Amino acid sequence: MIESSEIGPNDPSPAESSRRGFLLRAGILLNALALAALAIPIVGYLLGPLKRGVFLKWISLGPIGTFPENQTRLAIYTNPFRQPWDGTTAEIPCWVRRLNGNSFQVFAINCSHLGCPVRWFPEAELFMCPCHGGTFHSDGERAAGPPPRSLYQYPYKVESGELWVKAGEMPVMRLPKA
Amino acid sequence: MRDGESAVTKLKAAQRAIIEWMRLRLSSSQRANNAPSRVPRSAVSWGYVFGSATFVVLLLELVTGLCLALVYAPSADNAWQSLLYLNYQQPLGWYLRALHYWGSNFLLALMIIHLVQVFVLGAYKYPRELTWIGGVLLLLLMLAMALTGEVLRFDQEAYWDLAIGFALAGRTPIIGGYLVHFLMGGPIIAGATLARMFTMHVLILPAVILGLTGLHLLLVYRLGISEWPMPGRLVRRETYLSNYRATLDREGEPLIPTGLRKDLIFAALIVLGLIVTAAIMGPKGPNGAPNPSIIQTRPHPDFFFLWMEALMGLLPAWLDTPFALIVLPILLLGLFALPLISPTGERHILRRPLSMVIAIIVFAVLITTTWLGTYDPWSPDMNAWSATPIPIAYLKGRTPLELQGAILIQAKQCRNCHSLGGSGGMRGPRLDTTATRLTRNELIRQILQGGGNMPGYGKALRPAEVDAIVAFLMTMHPTNEPPARNSARPAVTGG
Repeated sequence: MIESSEIGPNDPSPAESSRRGFLLRAGILLNALALAALAIPIVGYLLGPLKRGVFLKWISLGPIGTFPENQTRLAIYTNPFRQPWDGTTAEIPCWVRRLNGNSFQVFAINCSHLGCPVRWFPEAELFMCPCHGGTFHSDGERAAGPPPRSLYQYPYKVESGELWVKAGEMPVMRLPKA
Repeated sequence: MRDGESAVTKLKAAQRAIIEWMRLRLSSSQRANNAPSRVPRSAVSWGYVFGSATFVVLLLELVTGLCLALVYAPSADNAWQSLLYLNYQQPLGWYLRALHYWGSNFLLALMIIHLVQVFVLGAYKYPRELTWIGGVLLLLLMLAMALTGEVLRFDQEAYWDLAIGFALAGRTPIIGGYLVHFLMGGPIIAGATLARMFTMHVLILPAVILGLTGLHLLLVYRLGISEWPMPGRLVRRETYLSNYRATLDREGEPLIPTGLRKDLIFAALIVLGLIVTAAIMGPKGPNGAPNPSIIQTRPHPDFFFLWMEALMGLLPAWLDTPFALIVLPILLLGLFALPLISPTGERHILRRPLSMVIAIIVFAVLITTTWLGTYDPWSPDMNAWSATPIPIAYLKGRTPLELQGAILIQAKQCRNCHSLGGSGGMRGPRLDTTATRLTRNELIRQILQGGGNMPGYGKALRPAEVDAIVAFLMTMHPTNEPPARNSARPAVTGG
C-alpha cells in the first residue's frame, strides 16, 4: 500500500496511472503500426525499379542485308522501355559483327572496364576504349588493358530476314540473372 | 552470471558516457556554454577565416541555385535545351550558371583549405570532436552536390560520367546489379535517372547540408573558437575547458565586432573574386547532347573528381574494385574518426609527426593524380591515327620499305597510344627512341604478341607489314645513338 501522504493532489491513483501507462503503450503501438503500414508502400515504391525479368525484349536491328559479312557495324536501337520524357537517352548503340550467313555477334557499346563507349577500328581489328585504353579483339575477347572480361554480348536471332537482339538494360558487371 | 552482469554494467556505463559526451556539446545548460560572445585573441587571425568564407559561398550557391531552378527543366528530353536557353536567351542566365559553377569550385576549395587548417592547428581535438565529424560529413555531402550538379548539366559528358559511376557501382559483389537499377531508376540512364539526381541535388542534399551547417555553427558558438596551438601545451580532458575559460577571461576579444573583422574582409574578397571569375570564365558547358548513340566522346569528371579518374586509370586493373569499394571507404572512415583516435595531447603540427606525414602523403597523391587527370596520359587519343601526321624529319631519306612502315603505323592506329614527335596518345611509350630500347627481334615479338597494356597484332598484320613497321621503327633512334642489339648472341642473331 502507498501511504496517502506520498500522493500529491495531482498525482494519479494507482488505477489511474496504470490506465495512463496503457494509453501510452497503446499510443506507441498504434503509431508503430501506422508507420509500418506507411513504410510498406513507400519502400515498395522506391524499390520499384528492381523488379526483374521485364527489362529484356526482342528488338529488331533491321534487315540482315544492312550488315555485310566479315564486317562490324554500329547499329542503334530505341530502348523498348523508353518513356516519352527520356529524350535521346533511349537511343542505344551497339556493335554488330556479321561473320557469315546468319552467324552474328552483337556487342554492347559499354566497355567492360568502366562503361565508356568502345569504338571499332577495322584496320587494327580492335575495339578501343577512349577512357583507359582497354582493347578487345574482333570477337569481343579482351586483348589488353584494364578490362576484367570480354565485351558484353546480346543474345540474337534472325527472323523474317531481320536481326533481332534481346536487350533493354545497360550491362554492368553484376547484372542479376533474369 | 557475474560476467553477464558486469557486461550489462559496462554497457550502461558506456551508454552514460555517450550521453554525457553529447550533453557537454549539445545541451543548453550553462555548464557547456563557454563564453560564446568572446574568442581568444590568438584566434583573431588570418588563419581562421576559411570557415566563415565557406559559409558565405554556401549561401551564394543557395541563391544562385534557386534562381537556376526557376528556369531549368529537370527532364531528360528537355534539360539540355533548357541549359542552352539559359546560356543564350534567358537574360543573365549564362552569368547565373557561371556563378553557380564557379561558386561550387570555390566552395569545395575553401572547404578543403578549412579542413587542412583545422587539421594542421589540431583544432579538432577535445571538446570539438563533433564539430570535425560534422564538417567531414559536410565535405562529403558537398562532393555529392558537385557530382549530382555535374549530372544536372545534362550533356554528353554527364551521360558517360554517369555510365562510369554506374559501372563502378555495378561491381559491388552480389547486389551490384540491383544497386545500379535502384540508382538509375530503371534499366538504362534515362528520365528517371535525371529525376533522381535532381531530387538529390535540389531537395535532399541541401536540406541535410543546411541542417548540418546549423549544427556546425552551433557547436562553434557553443564550444568557442580554438586558441592558436603552442608546442608543449597539451589538451587534457580534465583541464581544457577551465583553461580555455581562463584564456578568454584573460585575453578574450569580443566576437562581434573584433572576432569577425578579418572574416568579413576575407569573405568579401572571395565573393568579389568569384564575381570576377564567373564573368571572365563563363558557365561550363553544356557540351554535346546527351545522346548515347554519338560515341565520339571522351568523358572527364569535373576538377574535384580528377584524382579518382586518375587512380582508376593508373591502378592495376585488379585493384580498381578493391580500391573503390574497400580502401576508399576505410580512408574516409579514418578521416571521420580522427578526433576519436587522438582526442587529446599535442595540438602543434610539429609535435604530431605521424599526422604530418600522413597528411603530406595524402595530399601528394591527391595533387599528383589531379594534375595527371588534367591531361590523362592513360587515355588513348582516338583521332591521332588520322589527325596527327608523322614529323617530316622522320621520313626524310628513308627507304621505301621504311616509308611503308610509317604509313602502316598511321593506318593501324598505333599513334592512338604511341606518340611521335610529341603528338599522339600517351597510353604506350613514345616511339621516337624505340630502336634504342628494343632489338629487331624484340620489336617483332612485341608487335605480334603484345604485352604490357598493348594488344597483340598477330592477326591484324601480314608478315610483310610487320617487316615494314619494324624497318621503320629501327630508324627511331637519335643520330648519334645506335639501335639496340642483342649483345648476348651477337654472332648468331646479328643484332
